[in-house]
Amino acid sequence: MAEQQFDLVVVGGGPGGYVAAIRAAQLGMDVALVEREHLGGICLNWGCIPTKALLRSAEVYHLAKTSSQYGFKINDIEIDLNAIVQRSRKIAKQLNGGVGHLLKKNKVEVLTGHARLLGKGRLAVEVDGTAVMELSAKNIILATGARARDLPGMEADGKQIWSYRHALVADTIPKRLLVVGSGAIGIEFASFFNTLGADVTVVEVLDRVLPVEDAEISAMAHKAFEKQGMRLLTGVQVKRLNKAPDGVTASIELPDGKSEAITADRVIMAVGIVGNVEDIGLENTQAVVDRSHVVVDPWLATGEPGLYAIGDLAGPPWLAHKASHEGVICVEKIAGVTDVHPLNPMNIPGCTYCQPQIASVGLSEAAAEAAGHKVRVGRFPFIGNGKAIALGEPEGMIKTVFDAATGELLGAHMIGPEVTELIQGYAVARSMESTEAELLHTVFPHPTLSEAMHESVLDAMGRAIHF
Amino acid sequence: MPITITMPALSPTMTEGTLAKWLLKEGDAVRSGDMLAEIETDKATMEVEAVDEGVLARILVAEGTEGVPVNAPIAILLEEGEDASVLEDATSEPAAVTAPAAAAAAPAPEAAPVAAPVAAAAPAAPVASAGGRILASPLARRMAGQAGLDLAAVSGSGPRGRIVKADIEAAMAAGGAPAPAAAPVAAPVAASAPTPAAAAPAADASPFEGEFELQALSTMRKTIARRMSESKREAPHFYMTVDCELDALLALRKDLNERAGDAFKLSVNDLVIKAAAVALMKVPAANAGYSEGGIKLYKSADISVAVASDRGLITPVIRNANGKGLEAISTEMRELAQKANDGKLMPEDYQGGSFSISNLGMYGVKQFDAVINTPQACILAVGAGEQRAVVKDGALAIATVMSVTLSVDHRAVDGAIGAQFLAAFKGLIQDPMTMLL
Repeated sequence: MAEQQFDLVVVGGGPGGYVAAIRAAQLGMDVALVEREHLGGICLNWGCIPTKALLRSAEVYHLAKTSSQYGFKINDIEIDLNAIVQRSRKIAKQLNGGVGHLLKKNKVEVLTGHARLLGKGRLAVEVDGTAVMELSAKNIILATGARARDLPGMEADGKQIWSYRHALVADTIPKRLLVVGSGAIGIEFASFFNTLGADVTVVEVLDRVLPVEDAEISAMAHKAFEKQGMRLLTGVQVKRLNKAPDGVTASIELPDGKSEAITADRVIMAVGIVGNVEDIGLENTQAVVDRSHVVVDPWLATGEPGLYAIGDLAGPPWLAHKASHEGVICVEKIAGVTDVHPLNPMNIPGCTYCQPQIASVGLSEAAAEAAGHKVRVGRFPFIGNGKAIALGEPEGMIKTVFDAATGELLGAHMIGPEVTELIQGYAVARSMESTEAELLHTVFPHPTLSEAMHESVLDAMGRAIHF
Repeated sequence: MPITITMPALSPTMTEGTLAKWLLKEGDAVRSGDMLAEIETDKATMEVEAVDEGVLARILVAEGTEGVPVNAPIAILLEEGEDASVLEDATSEPAAVTAPAAAAAAPAPEAAPVAAPVAAAAPAAPVASAGGRILASPLARRMAGQAGLDLAAVSGSGPRGRIVKADIEAAMAAGGAPAPAAAPVAAPVAASAPTPAAAAPAADASPFEGEFELQALSTMRKTIARRMSESKREAPHFYMTVDCELDALLALRKDLNERAGDAFKLSVNDLVIKAAAVALMKVPAANAGYSEGGIKLYKSADISVAVASDRGLITPVIRNANGKGLEAISTEMRELAQKANDGKLMPEDYQGGSFSISNLGMYGVKQFDAVINTPQACILAVGAGEQRAVVKDGALAIATVMSVTLSVDHRAVDGAIGAQFLAAFKGLIQDPMTMLL
């Protein structure tokens, strides 16, 4: 059996793993990356990117349908779902090839197969269950990612009950769609299918949709979705799913204890994810697993010397950019780079690409208060922003939360047009530890949506100009 | 390309300084790490270290020049192989440097104003790492300002060693060094300013005023003037005096010094420092400082001790004196006094005490009232130990007595607390073995 030695072996070629591998190669390490399925991971093949492609199609459809307000008369708009899905798959494939090229350019040895830790810095690469190669490395980074969580008795079957993976290659726009879970994944699919004409119901076990967002943003999103025709039920539990030829009937329990039955043609399960901790040989190491995630220290080190875990596998937030960043931190720490700093979770922005878009970074108002901050809150609605009105999307707002004593930007929360592209401004401000003063003195270009970011800060100081 | 050496900022608040002395001459070879010059700030003299190598081609600011703005060019370094002619090619521009106050006395090789090479497009070479700009996030700067923390005393953990919020929080949790304002203490010692004097009549002289020599204000003298006025203006002082019998303490000191042989020699002041530190632990409310944000209750007794050097007055700090033995205090005090005399105290040596002591006993002063070293709340003025007639058990007796006066900032500490501190201090001085408990 072939046996090879590397400075670093990365297990998993998603946005955590491939970025870690490239950074390690840049730092002069001899690197191998083991990937069992496709480079780019879920993010690129079955997550972030293909869903953005689908949502873009939904947006174009929405614009076409509302084109009369922009001065066009477009009749007979026909949806070609197959073409929409094919476009999404093609984009994923293009980027998948791009990752392969980047790894090759950086001289990362890409090995196809399933990696299994053997302990003491060794691992096997298996193809079809047979070990074909043994590797040894001073350091190993696990970046095996995560997969959709299944609820017992409600497992996705790819026919009537879908996971995100099935929904991405949908063969039909369901007439009636039930989405279980209102996190980013659930809401994005709900938004997509709702725009394309499905009759969508979203059920959420917590008391509001998008529960990780600021309560005010959640409430605005709830209203906006309802206005688009979605039905949203919060504080409800799905007790059972009964599959029948004419549809799936969900028995749900409402907050007041009453029951209701909802029948849908398709159900999308979006109730969180579980880390891919099984079958990778963790039992041969001292790494500790807690509720499907590998326990790591701030430098991503596990309990096993020389073994690291990053990204979804290492715990929430389950975001590609978090995984990539952790990969870089982990590798730089291994390489002995001096200017390395642990990731501050409060500086990781989160985005949901529904219509209207939602984005945030840092603490919500409630979380800031719970953490003992006396806060100053600024709000600015897009109705006061010229560019938003010109775009025809004046709904939404930008909310900023400052510490009243120090002026620290504690958090920013946005709902509205293109806010997923805007949030980086506040993320930069947070990572530079800006106070309100630097933001007040920053010149925002006119006419842009970003002016609303400035106005929100002004409003926090009681100085908003345009509202 | 010639390298311009600029005036370093030795502390975050420093805007200008005095170029006290050049340690190298024009034409001298410079190696990285060589000491180029001595810069006098408002508190200390520091050496400027060379970062680059080459030849010291031109001194732009003569020694003895006061008020040199931070970042003003002070010299030009030529790299190996460069000819001095490149300096002539450089376009000239008057440097923003004030002419030396004592230009006549100083060996200024160039007439002021001097030329700075504009052609040196290279970024101004950082002169010494200690002299560089302090990297701190806006939030960290603001939090340090609010807490009265000196950024120079905080180490940064952010990118490129930047001071970030977490560092300020850690420094605050650790008790923190107050802002650099806290330097020289008030004690009525007439410290002579060594700065060369210009024997010129002052502009505001009265025609009836007698003849005098006007001595230029040294930066240290300016700081003393500013800080003392500030303290007397803003801190409502009150004073309380007690007499302490010293005989037991003198006997203990004699005993300890005899045992020590040549290893160390305790002074009465060393014992006073220890007694004050222990007393502060017994009455922690006196180990305090006033700030707008609240009363700072310091966790350890960091005793600022007034030292009169021929450069002026400065208060090096014996940190955590409550936790140190007499030998350690004595040794440290001797080292700090030596450094103060040599003008070599670093900011960390004299910033951030919690309580001050000024001892003029060696001059035979019986009793005096000291000006509070704000933001600290208390200063103890220590007089001479002298034989006095005292009444013991109804009869006259002779005892060695030392009067001490506590000046207290009433904003932070009330009379009863001050009295409790003095009672604890007196108890420790009169029964010195209890200091060891």
